[in-house]
Amino acid sequence: MVQHQTEHDNENWDIKISADSGYLDINLREIWRYRDLLMMFVKKDIVTVYKQTILGPIWFMLQPILTAIIYAFIFGQVARISTGNAPQILFYLGSFTIWNYFAETFKVTSKTFSENATVFGKVYFPRIILPLSKVISGIIKLLIQFLLFFIIWAYYLWVKEAISPNWHMVFFPVILALIAFMSLGFGIIITSLTTKYRDLNFLVAFGIQLLQFVTPVIFPISSIKNPSYHMWLWLNPLASLFEAFKYAFLGQGSGVFNYYWLGYSVIWTIVALVVGIVIFNRVEKKFIDTV
Amino acid sequence: MNNDVVIKAENISKQYRLGEIGTGMLSHDLKRWWALARGKEDPFLKVGVENDRTRKANSEYAWALKDINFEIKRGDTLGIIGKNGAGKSTLLKLLSRVTGPTTGQIKIKGRIASLLEVGTGFNPELSGRDNIYMNGTILGMTKKEISRKFDEIVDFSGIEMYIDTPVKRYSSGMYVRLAFGVAAHLEPEILIVDEVLAVGDAEFQKKCLGKMGDVASHGRTVIFVSHNMQAVQSLCRSAMYLKSGRVMEVGPTDVVINNYLNREVKNCLVRKWEEEDDMPGNDKVRLSSAEIVLHNPEAGNIIDVNTPFDIRFEFYSSAEMVNMNLSLVLNTTAGVCVFNVTTQPTLIAKGWHTSVLSIPGKLLNDDVYTISLYFVKDTSAIEYVVHDLLTFEVIDEQRQGAWFGKWVGAVRPTTLPFSLK
Repeated sequence: MVQHQTEHDNENWDIKISADSGYLDINLREIWRYRDLLMMFVKKDIVTVYKQTILGPIWFMLQPILTAIIYAFIFGQVARISTGNAPQILFYLGSFTIWNYFAETFKVTSKTFSENATVFGKVYFPRIILPLSKVISGIIKLLIQFLLFFIIWAYYLWVKEAISPNWHMVFFPVILALIAFMSLGFGIIITSLTTKYRDLNFLVAFGIQLLQFVTPVIFPISSIKNPSYHMWLWLNPLASLFEAFKYAFLGQGSGVFNYYWLGYSVIWTIVALVVGIVIFNRVEKKFIDTV
Repeated sequence: MNNDVVIKAENISKQYRLGEIGTGMLSHDLKRWWALARGKEDPFLKVGVENDRTRKANSEYAWALKDINFEIKRGDTLGIIGKNGAGKSTLLKLLSRVTGPTTGQIKIKGRIASLLEVGTGFNPELSGRDNIYMNGTILGMTKKEISRKFDEIVDFSGIEMYIDTPVKRYSSGMYVRLAFGVAAHLEPEILIVDEVLAVGDAEFQKKCLGKMGDVASHGRTVIFVSHNMQAVQSLCRSAMYLKSGRVMEVGPTDVVINNYLNREVKNCLVRKWEEEDDMPGNDKVRLSSAEIVLHNPEAGNIIDVNTPFDIRFEFYSSAEMVNMNLSLVLNTTAGVCVFNVTTQPTLIAKGWHTSVLSIPGKLLNDDVYTISLYFVKDTSAIEYVVHDLLTFEVIDEQRQGAWFGKWVGAVRPTTLPFSLK
């Protein structure tokens, strides 16, 4: 009888649906099989945003440039916050674009379950595809926006000779990847925690606004006069990434490239992603009953 | 042969929590977590009531499905039938992996696709073309497969002219046709279909059913949930009858459907009163019995659209020589009045009287009907009324042809002379 039982279980079932799941069983093969769906979601995100607008994709560019101009006026001219040696408009444009990517990705992935309940309630696909698609479409938007940054950057570099970028620019893809995975990790943690109890959603909504001001987005950490605050700012896992980006592209004074703090951010990213996947996996099977 | 089994469900149950999610739920979650942390069993798995929607639940948990076991073989077409709340939709959701079971396990072999609705993931801003890809990939197709079928899908839905127009500008008919077009061209090894056939016009339904039949004849497995016994009968080789979250019967379609109808059709065909005080009426008339009698008693209690039957009443008149007539109103349970017929006014003596109304076959439609009976004096004064005296369901016959949609109308007088030359 026991023999028979084991024999039975060894049959090649393609799918097993049961009450409990493994902790880290993220089925990469299945995600790969659904790659076309992933790309369709990405396409939808990019294409539908500015449908029926006259300027179309130019809006992708307008938003950061207008923000950078306002920031340059408020923080640069009125509040006189230092941007190191870098031109204000370039400083704000670069860091706002990256910040915007982080904030948007985090916000939208932290609502994965609640916003897509109708689709999730009707059809199965690996749920992680949706937040993943947001990360990718965000990157594409960011790269479109960075075209503008690079044009102005090139102007300041070769015409004005006002900035001194360095070889650390090769880390740019790594910085972007860390920001992408960190926002994904935190986002799926929040969405998993809020399927039953929505309390955290309120925290996310204003927390992300406050977070911007303790992250070196509109200032370099070195501009803070009292060095005892520096440590606290570096503890924010996003800090080293923004500092490194600005150091690499704008040069000394606009940021600092610190391997130790970058390592610290890498650890945060890995932890957020692993914890995120574990609880996302646990929640995705039954959230539809409670969302 | 084990190898032929493509779906195997072992002891699956699904528990739902009733009521709102709030602090009450948090305390249960904490208790559950505490019990599990100490290595004990989930205390809330033992409680829970059967899923009977009509009664007020005395527990905070209900079992939508309880200990379901079944196997489905390759190439089988299985219809799942049952009343509302029997657990059909829950079972579909479990099979299509929209939600997980509370206990038990389902094992599946091969690619599975489910159609719980048509047009899942359609984005109103995207064009028909993009939505074909969007919907197709959501249902598990690859881009390559869709491209291969693209022309067929467009052809099937008949919207070639609008293929590059955003679907928000489509009429609802076009929208549904496009959505179903994609669904119909899925080629999974196992297809799960909810009652999506209820959409579209007759011609389109015919196309869809034909397509589903094709899928089944190609050796693929189809699971089909429907209220529509005609569709189940014609599409499915076997059927599963669910009641209150449990499997009542699995077997050949006609046997299962027959048993289902015998048990579930809520007829109130006979009402009799023994004591005079219980009889509905007043000091002038008292009704002692009302009953539906089938002309062919071998048919059991099943009335289909072809069944002729009598409605008989017995009543007692206390008044001597009154001019009385009976008036009968037939309503559908939805409240539509189908007709009102009356007897001739008759001078009746004090004592027992019988009245019979004969309803021929091929008059009523498939629906649930109720009877109200009026006692009328001197053709003008209502002496007494009994509402909802009897209730009976008329079921559909096994239809010829390929259309299985709901036949509209309060009546279905198919004997009316209607010719075509």
